[in-house]
Amino acid sequence: MTIRDQVLHAKDGLILYGTPMPSRILLGTAGYPSPAILAQAVTASEAGIVTVSLRRETAGGRTGTRFLELIAGLGVKVLPNTAGCRTAREAITTAEMARELFGTDWVKLEVIANDDTLQPDVYGLVEAAEALTHEGFKVFPYTTDDLSVAERLQRAGCDVIMPWAAPIGTGRGIVNRAALESLRAYFPDVTLIIDAGLGAPSHAAAAMELGFDAVLLNTAVAKAADPARMAAAFGAAVKAGRLGYEAGLMPPRDMAVPSTPVAGTPFFDLDPQTSDPQTSDTKTSDRKS
Amino acid sequence: MTPAGTIDLVLNGRPLASVARTVGDLVREQEFTDVRIATAVNGHFVPEARRATTALNPGDRVEIVAPRQGG
Repeated sequence: MTIRDQVLHAKDGLILYGTPMPSRILLGTAGYPSPAILAQAVTASEAGIVTVSLRRETAGGRTGTRFLELIAGLGVKVLPNTAGCRTAREAITTAEMARELFGTDWVKLEVIANDDTLQPDVYGLVEAAEALTHEGFKVFPYTTDDLSVAERLQRAGCDVIMPWAAPIGTGRGIVNRAALESLRAYFPDVTLIIDAGLGAPSHAAAAMELGFDAVLLNTAVAKAADPARMAAAFGAAVKAGRLGYEAGLMPPRDMAVPSTPVAGTPFFDLDPQTSDPQTSDTKTSDRKS
Repeated sequence: MTPAGTIDLVLNGRPLASVARTVGDLVREQEFTDVRIATAVNGHFVPEARRATTALNPGDRVEIVAPRQGG
């Protein structure tokens, strides 16, 4: 298989709680113009997991049942979230209801502290993660880039940790690159998924180049002018970023270094005294390109 | 005033006078019989298998939820 084939058909081994995944992108299902466009976007992204939620149903309503049928037709695994929960207790109950509804013990754990930032309440998050792990859940906690909190979550039994790039729905991309680099370096063997805040395919590629195992996004695809096309763009960016990380990125340098060999440069004289007067004041450093 | 034979509940955040005496009764009364739902009472999950035996008391806060899109 050529390198190009590897890029186009990368099945490069993300395993979540023992389950092999077909790709390194997880896609949210909210906010699409229509169910059909949601389905197209999921397919185009090559996501193997989609996030879902649960909400109050009106008497006699069939909205939830229809949505479940749509998702079942996509052949992907579902990751129910606890979006909107304010306390560990709310999140635990929501996870328990989600487990019965969706038939999975996987849960994207969210405990939200603040309406404006949607910042995780990390205290409630750790408390809920401990309780849910004890109940047999496989917890995917949505957290900040705080290393100490990640440590607590790992100790609580989380094999996967999902730090934010930026607050949910902002599309700002990686706000605190240094913190994410520290996380990656400190937890080389923990599965780390960048969740929230990615706005452009380049943001996803950057996250993958830092060595993160996967990305989870929603708004950037759902609110694009053409969600399916944007989903494909994110899918390609995730593959490119991962491949770049695996290939080994060159370290940045402070000063320019010529890529074209200097040896044998024409019109170049080692003794400035004997060179053509028109070029005699040209420094060697000006001859790099 | 609560109509005769009913109890005051809060269903999905709204007041409801209901003749239901169990979560299972309420699910049937509200026509959730052939749809996928999950239930909780006063913040605690009530599994499907326990709906029929989980009694409702005046003032209970009941949640009936279904799958939705999520991020």
